[in-house]
Amino acid sequence: MIAQLTRNERLHAIQIGLVVAVCGLLLGLAGRDDPIGLHGGLIFVAGLLAIFLVGRDYYAPEPSDDRLTRYYDDPSKAGVVLSIAWAVFGLAVGDWVAWQLVNPDLTFGGGWSSFGRIRPVHTTSVIFGFGGNGLIATSLYVLQRTSRARLPDQLAPWFVLLGYNLFCVLAVTGYMMGITQSKEYAEPEWYADIWLVVVWVVYFLIYLRTLARRKEPHIYVSNWYYMAFILVVAILHIVNNLAMPLSFGSAKSYSAFSGVQDAMTQWWYGHNAVAFFLTAGFLGMMYYFLPVQSGRPIFSYRLSIISFWGITFFYMWAGSHHLHYTALPQWVQTLGITFSLMLLVPSWASAGNALLTLNGAWHKVRDDATLRFMMVAAVFYGLTTFEGSFMAIRSVNSLSHYTDWTIGHVHAGALGWVAFITFGSIYASVPWLWNRDGMYSAKLVEAHFWLGLAGTVIYVFAMWNSGIIQGLMWRTYNESGTLAYSFVDSLVAMRPYYVARAVGGLFFLIGACLGAYNIWMTIKNPGLVATQGGGRPEPKLAAQPAE
Amino acid sequence: MAVEQQERDSHTGYLTTGHEWNGIKELNTPVPRAVYFFLTLAVLYAVGYWILMPAWPLGATYTKGLLGIDQRNVVAESLKAAAADRSVWTRKIETESFAAIQSDPKLMQIVRSTGNTLFGDNCAACHGRDAMGGPGFPNLTASPMLFGDQAEQIFNTIRVGINSPHADTRVSQMPAFGRDKMLPRADVLKAATFVYSLSHKEAKNLDPATVEAGKKIFAANCVSCHGDDAKGNPELGAPNLTDAFWIYGGDLDSIDTTIWGGRQGHMPTWEGRLSELDRKILTLYLLDKRRASP
Repeated sequence: MIAQLTRNERLHAIQIGLVVAVCGLLLGLAGRDDPIGLHGGLIFVAGLLAIFLVGRDYYAPEPSDDRLTRYYDDPSKAGVVLSIAWAVFGLAVGDWVAWQLVNPDLTFGGGWSSFGRIRPVHTTSVIFGFGGNGLIATSLYVLQRTSRARLPDQLAPWFVLLGYNLFCVLAVTGYMMGITQSKEYAEPEWYADIWLVVVWVVYFLIYLRTLARRKEPHIYVSNWYYMAFILVVAILHIVNNLAMPLSFGSAKSYSAFSGVQDAMTQWWYGHNAVAFFLTAGFLGMMYYFLPVQSGRPIFSYRLSIISFWGITFFYMWAGSHHLHYTALPQWVQTLGITFSLMLLVPSWASAGNALLTLNGAWHKVRDDATLRFMMVAAVFYGLTTFEGSFMAIRSVNSLSHYTDWTIGHVHAGALGWVAFITFGSIYASVPWLWNRDGMYSAKLVEAHFWLGLAGTVIYVFAMWNSGIIQGLMWRTYNESGTLAYSFVDSLVAMRPYYVARAVGGLFFLIGACLGAYNIWMTIKNPGLVATQGGGRPEPKLAAQPAE
Repeated sequence: MAVEQQERDSHTGYLTTGHEWNGIKELNTPVPRAVYFFLTLAVLYAVGYWILMPAWPLGATYTKGLLGIDQRNVVAESLKAAAADRSVWTRKIETESFAAIQSDPKLMQIVRSTGNTLFGDNCAACHGRDAMGGPGFPNLTASPMLFGDQAEQIFNTIRVGINSPHADTRVSQMPAFGRDKMLPRADVLKAATFVYSLSHKEAKNLDPATVEAGKKIFAANCVSCHGDDAKGNPELGAPNLTDAFWIYGGDLDSIDTTIWGGRQGHMPTWEGRLSELDRKILTLYLLDKRRASP
């Protein structure tokens, strides 16, 4: 890794490590009586580690200019491994949380392991750890190939990948110490948020700089989606996390917003995090890996353009549907409903575009579990977006809101769409990245597919049932006009579904473990190296000077 | 520059756009008409919705919509309508005496169903869904109530709570005789042994001398609240120590712990959280449960 950096980049890396270490040291000293002190120490160690690792090989020979004729894939490789590692961790914690809902005593007595703390550990690990690393890894891979240009330098992608993972570690360890902003999917506190902004700006700049060097006349649609993902997530993240820390030595901060404005800002963030992190980014992934794996042209270029602008425009307005029947003025709710409904059209256009692309390749879908992952992802994308628009309608929402139906909806999207398209893309790209003829075991990919699908279906059906039963119990009146059930009655009714959900989650987790093993064996097994000049032939690039 | 060459896809018959990225081509398929159709439909629906309902902000106000619907009014009206529907029986419960309601089977049917939900949502967290209590929380179906088990007494306990912030709260405290050094360690155990003997007449393994010594300590320290006969005093919330009902446990160890560290249970005040009607229903519900249980 260090050997690939130029001498200049090594110098910059050490300088960055120094800045990080000094910031960590200051945080640690200022916050020595606060949980932030531990995080300061962690940041300090991360900075020192960077300095040590780079410094150790500082005088190693510089990489040859020959590298400039090839794509730079090492950050993508590391990203794939990190992504799958976070997946196994995040899904395991998720299943633990699910069993806690069956048996609340499964905390083993620790404060750190209480439901309120490890639930965000689960969501952050799977969304940002698994999903985010998958997006970074694939986006850098796709960006170079669809631009026919190498990344502009070697240091920036490593900074983004490792810096991003430092953010994830700060987030997850922070929750267990009780550090949280209590904003769903935006739990990390101010110092972690500021760090992510720095990382994210560098990420966006990599995109712009590579696109500026591109040898293709047009920017491929995947890159539009990836760029929308990076840009909008930056805007969302900065606005929603505007806050004033208590002091430099305190993890606690106070939001710039209060009351219903705070709620609206949070759900404008929350829903667009779904839109641009969990949808736009993964559509970018799908638009590259699905046509390549199926060997088919995209069904309609025009449809992909219409969908792109439809999704980016309509999604921005939809967040208020999370706050129906609250203190939020009704006119804001109206806008949320109507834009959520219009959003269905471009969403289904995207799902349809993906499925129609498979026309002429359905025999491959039958035989190739990797492609089937992507196909099922598109189907779940369609199902979930339909369900989402449906749930945004006020009268439907009055039944579904605050129930497990929401959890079922989210997981239909997160497991069926996001995780499936990511697993599909990873299974497609691992042999290409490591120059293999194929995965170590096609049977394991097949097993992963069926375990994942079974787990998702069990999970989603359990939560649909549980949610609708809950919603109906909460609104059932007896003849005298009073509530027929107490809240505790609904808890008792949910228990069997909670068991089913945890079992479904376990299936999904086992599938991901098989995937991790399969990927590891593919990487580690030298006997698998592709025999005929590479798993996937790559063009030789006209060497452009590195920046 | 890649060579821009449109080709015809043999499977679909459509031309490609002529662009190619890393092997990916795109067909120049026109956008299916259904997409435009449904997009138009969705936009028309949205515009219609905006015209009928509160929708767009206008500086300090917003478009109110032709239907004149406002979610606050809707809630207020439906609450009013529901209250009117219920008034058939709520007025009776509000105005009639406990005894009169208890002799009206129809009203008691409503008390049972409504009381069950009210109890589940407000009381079950401590007293259990079946009202049978648990360690630290009294069984409400059978055991004597510390502040009296007559209708008015229960009704009042629910209203003001026990050791609560309410001005008229019921107050009760068992001092920490051991921890606060009112009694030496050995005396606490003696007093505990005596108290234990009151409810365990058949216990054979107790040292008579200890029991006797405990009785003297009891007479000097405990009778002011629990009474000479140790049968308690509902005015003070002091429990009867001679029966089989214990909130914090009736074994020797538990009694010893109670005398050593004291007890000061807490029950919230429900005035201000539940309406008088709801509190009356809960009182009747508990009386009904107590009557039903052996």
